[in-house]
Amino acid sequence: MTVAKQANTLVIGFGNPGRCDDGLGPALAERLSGMNLPGVTVDSDYQLTVEDAHTVASHAVTIFADADVSGPEPFRFTPVEPGSVSGFSSHSVEPPEVVALAECLFGARVHAYALGIRGYNFNSFGEQLSKKATNNMEAALEFLVGAIRNSSFDRAVSNGRK
Amino acid sequence: MTEKAPAKRVIIEPVTRVEGHGKVSIYLDAKNEVQQARLHIVEFRGFERFIQGRPYWEVPVLVQRLCGICPVSHHLAAAKAMDIIAGVDKLTPTAEKMRRLMHYGQMFQSHSLHFFHLVSPDLLFGFDADPAIRNVIGVARKFPNLAVQGVMMRKYGQEIIKVTAGKKIHGTGAIPGGINKNLSVAERDALLKDYNQMLEWARGALKIARDYTVEHLQTLAPFGSFDSNHLSLIRDGGAMDLYHGNLRAITADGTKIFDQVNYQKYYDYIAEEVKNWSYMKFPFIRSIGPENGWYRVGPLARINTADFIDTPEAEAARKEFMAVTNGKPNNITMAYHWARMIETLHSIEKIGELLHDPDLQGKDLVVKGKRREEAVGLIEAPRGTLFHHYRVNKDDQVVMANLIVSTTNNNTPMNLAVQKVARDHISGKARITEGLLNHIEVAIRAYDPCLSCATHAMGRMPLEVELFDADGKMIESRRK
Repeated sequence: MTVAKQANTLVIGFGNPGRCDDGLGPALAERLSGMNLPGVTVDSDYQLTVEDAHTVASHAVTIFADADVSGPEPFRFTPVEPGSVSGFSSHSVEPPEVVALAECLFGARVHAYALGIRGYNFNSFGEQLSKKATNNMEAALEFLVGAIRNSSFDRAVSNGRK
Repeated sequence: MTEKAPAKRVIIEPVTRVEGHGKVSIYLDAKNEVQQARLHIVEFRGFERFIQGRPYWEVPVLVQRLCGICPVSHHLAAAKAMDIIAGVDKLTPTAEKMRRLMHYGQMFQSHSLHFFHLVSPDLLFGFDADPAIRNVIGVARKFPNLAVQGVMMRKYGQEIIKVTAGKKIHGTGAIPGGINKNLSVAERDALLKDYNQMLEWARGALKIARDYTVEHLQTLAPFGSFDSNHLSLIRDGGAMDLYHGNLRAITADGTKIFDQVNYQKYYDYIAEEVKNWSYMKFPFIRSIGPENGWYRVGPLARINTADFIDTPEAEAARKEFMAVTNGKPNNITMAYHWARMIETLHSIEKIGELLHDPDLQGKDLVVKGKRREEAVGLIEAPRGTLFHHYRVNKDDQVVMANLIVSTTNNNTPMNLAVQKVARDHISGKARITEGLLNHIEVAIRAYDPCLSCATHAMGRMPLEVELFDADGKMIESRRK
């Protein structure tokens, strides 16, 4: 099965907004959605699942935005290669698997990147991001909007904070 | 007095391809015989406290934070409880049917995802196959048509949730006393466009599950299997009903323990035991006691407790399923998959009925009543019976919440399945391979457990296998 390409860029912010900084991805998606950038589709979910492969296949570029437990501050921006992440639990799948499924099942050539926003508080219930995580999210948002406007994702990887 | 043999301990942590975090500990003696095997679940206790103090009308939305996999089930169970808090005993036809459509959409997508993407690697490649192939990508490469079906069935169910709940995640559709939207003609027609394809694929999935089980019956029948009680909601008259009904419990041979029990008094019939080695409680039937009163829930239990299914193709499939055990309850753990696909077909049949029902375009959405202080909401979630119990004060704040989630109901059976498979397949082996350990996971996955409330952020949740000697020293560690 093949899928027709639609908008240019897909941003999926994922995580559990009920678990404090785990909600960084959805929080970024909400902010970005409010900007109404042309050619950008914004999605938000608890976790990635197999049907995301279908959506990814219909976009030229995909950004997976997620909280990062131990990455560099304020964020990291890295390319996502297709692959199987055997051992990562659950009904959810990881970005490399989504990309692999999009290519394998829908014949798409996928350009995908992971935006890992550093968080700190993951072990309690609550819908508040920590102050440091909020600052990291704002920095990541500014970076992402710039990369989208310039359509310069590969350059953003080499220039981005890693 | 016999001398106790030294024990080694194997830990599988967390269990892969089940939701959330799980850890299996297998204790071996000096001869590598399994002494004990346990499934520990790192369940987040505390959500009930998180809800306290919140106004009751927020709860159906709030509880969806519990789970990224079955938020709709929590949404609807809480909404059913809050209907009663709001003084409403009967919804309008539009409200009830919209909720049912949402629920069947959830059942359809959840069962499809589980079967095609979590279970099929084990069935298609074998329990011992190379784990580099035995995964969702392996299925996509070797059986792309099946993998596409799984994706598109899941997506269809999510679309149903989106148009009934308002959005596919954290919908707000069900509110105390009713629903906040109907189904527009455009939404209905969009769903009808793909309906026949979904029905066809559901039939195909049922055939795969049925054929696999029948062809491998000799191997599957003892695999992680044991006699058990079964519990589910049942409609007045004995039909399977995934949305509403009364409680029925039966023994392993089909004798009724209780029947048509109003679930508002579930606590008179069901109790929960705490054990010091697990965060998760162990529910049991009070009249039998904790030792023998545990029970199974979910697709296998529902097929076993029902007298019939009210859709024609699923009913024909149920009869064929029950014929395998001569009409008696089926206690084969691996038969969960076949039962789950019968429910998938039932769900799409019900979706078809509802999409042709003009009540879904009705405008009468909400009923009001006189406030009450305590209520219980029950639903048959994809993984089994889900209990939500609340008390609300005069200021409309929740002051007590008790949730018994589906996976908790299956706690003892999952532990027994782990013990059975460990003893049958791991005992006496000089070397414990990944394939052998996967046998344990296969038994757990049959229950499709949802160990939710886990964060998933980058850099977490590797699979670790650790082997300890009798002194507690780790002698082997594996990480996927």
